[in-house]
Amino acid sequence: MSWLSYTKALNRALADALAEDPSVCLFGEDIGAGLAGPTLGLQKRFGTSRVVDTPLSEQGFTGVAVGAALAGLRPVIEFQIPALLFLVFEQLVNQAHKFSLMTGGQASVPLTCLVPGSGSRDGWAGQHSDHPYGLFAHMGVKTVVPATPTDAYGLLRSAIADPDPVVVFAPAAALGVREDVTGPLPAIPLGQARIHRPGTDVTVVAVGHLVHEALAVARELTEQGISVEVLDPRTLYPFDWDSLGASLEKTGRLVVIDDSNRSCGIGAEILATAAEQYRLTAPPRRITRPDGAVLPFARELDRALQPSGDQLRHAVHAVLKH
Amino acid sequence: MSLRTPADRYRMIRLIRGFEELALELVASGDIVGGTHPYIGQEAVAVGVCSALRPEDRLTSTHRGHGHVLAKGADPARLLAELTGREGGLNRGRGGSMHAADLSLGILGANGIVGAGAPIAVGAAWAAQLAGEPRVVVSFFGDGALNQGVLLESFNLAAMWQVPVVFVCENNGYATTLPAAVAVAGSALGRAEAFGIPAVAVDGMDTEAVREAALAAVDRARSGGGPEFLECSTYRFEGHHTMERRIKLDYRPAEEIASWRERDPLARAAALVGDTTAIDAEVAEQLYQAREFALASPAPDPAGACDHLYASGLRPRAGAVA
Ligand SMILES: Cc1ncc(C[n+]2csc(CCOP(=O)(O)OP(=O)(O)O)c2C)c(N)n1
Ligand SMILES: [Mg+2]
Repeated sequence: MSWLSYTKALNRALADALAEDPSVCLFGEDIGAGLAGPTLGLQKRFGTSRVVDTPLSEQGFTGVAVGAALAGLRPVIEFQIPALLFLVFEQLVNQAHKFSLMTGGQASVPLTCLVPGSGSRDGWAGQHSDHPYGLFAHMGVKTVVPATPTDAYGLLRSAIADPDPVVVFAPAAALGVREDVTGPLPAIPLGQARIHRPGTDVTVVAVGHLVHEALAVARELTEQGISVEVLDPRTLYPFDWDSLGASLEKTGRLVVIDDSNRSCGIGAEILATAAEQYRLTAPPRRITRPDGAVLPFARELDRALQPSGDQLRHAVHAVLKH
Repeated sequence: MSLRTPADRYRMIRLIRGFEELALELVASGDIVGGTHPYIGQEAVAVGVCSALRPEDRLTSTHRGHGHVLAKGADPARLLAELTGREGGLNRGRGGSMHAADLSLGILGANGIVGAGAPIAVGAAWAAQLAGEPRVVVSFFGDGALNQGVLLESFNLAAMWQVPVVFVCENNGYATTLPAAVAVAGSALGRAEAFGIPAVAVDGMDTEAVREAALAAVDRARSGGGPEFLECSTYRFEGHHTMERRIKLDYRPAEEIASWRERDPLARAAALVGDTTAIDAEVAEQLYQAREFALASPAPDPAGACDHLYASGLRPRAGAVA
């Protein structure tokens, strides 16, 4: 048995993928030094031609990875900060994602992008605190947000094995999560939700690190006789609508907690689909950042804009009133 | 604060050095959340360049921006209050270290995205030229930014349109852990020259040499001669980020650090002044006052977390229904 941290799980997934498949290679900034954590020790073990330190040319090396993928490799790119995804939106969304359709199925781009530290990190302020998974889900790029070390391992393995581009968001607030594990870890298929805790009164869909917040609130509400089902979609696109449906069949009530901007966010999509397809006994609720939020630097302000356990508790009580 | 005499310039170098040391202390004590990118060792560049500017001139800065912001005349007390996330900060605690700005002094901001300041500088210079204002804009950036496509695009636009901008590359040899020697093909000077931009190599540890080169470039730009590029070779004495005080990375040989420390711009500037006791005491008092001010300034009210999100005053919807 070992006590596996989230970052170490990502590290193990990368190492196992590199060891098992010679077509896997890594690109990124300071990955030789393992600065962000997930690539620690990999350059030493697999060499500089498979673990490639890149200059600060994100658009360039992301395009290079797309080209390498078209030529048969399975590149993984580590992005130091979520904002770098804004720079390479063109390469990911307009190139990598569209190749399969535009070539009439001739080409596939098995590219994985890993962002270890998405969302707010204390003191990193406006340009480093976004959690832009919704943008990729909106454009139809496969989008994964693991909440736990074993999910991080299993989903990253599946992302790398997948024939399409996948973006894996590791929330900064989940990087400290640890888990007891035994033996080899399994791959976890993309597109499968996980019920972290069964319940009968309310379905709480929690994204990324907020799964842990949701579980804490669920435990607490048990004492008040409220049974909360905590559903972690794990993959935001493609979304596991069947699992959501099955849960709502039981509960008929829905609260989503999602640490990204409100308008056009993944929370909006989940609420809309639930309202369209399932019989809800109460108007659903979502807890998000405000519309178009830019996180201010001061900690008090940063915190004020992120979803909280208090807001979740309040929303659960609100949907139970109906 | 005027930077006209060698004594003025020594005072500013002393102030930046002391400010950065104080910031290190406040990071260690937790008063500055998230850390800083220390400018220690590179002061001659900011001071030499800013000594060639007029109050109406403008600049764009980087993630390592405290030196530029102070040398352009920002109040150290308000900069420190920004770093500690207080209402009295330059940006009312909303920006932090990486976004410190004072528009009233022509400081268009530090920036969290490498290379992002260059086109902004070109645009500000272009607008000044259009308005017939004799203003120059300086764009500071590191060697890492030389590999951003947007930097080269900015070179082209500035040269095509002959705008009054001075590009100042602070080549400190590294982009985080990546040596410039293995990241920059050709040469920095050659890149500017390829666009027809006059390019000058400068000893970035020598304030007076930087000043000479900057005076020539700024005068030429102001009189309609178009952009210029200065490559200042320099060195950061500290780690890339204060994080490196906790995690040891060994990408720079100890002898290399020691040999650059022997060329300390502070000592060099002091030698031109003679007895610095009085200035040192005044700067120490100024920093003491700055610290008092920063730590006494109130924390922002969380209710104002979305203040200033829109210049129009638009209030976004909150992240949860009340
Ligand atoms: C476009 C972009 N890529 C990567 C980063 C992460 N990052 C911040 S500073 C830095 C190194 C910058 O090196 P350089 O431009 O030489 O400036 P220095 O830190 O040496 O002052 C990196 C990789 C970023 N902020 N923006
Ligand atoms: Mg550098």
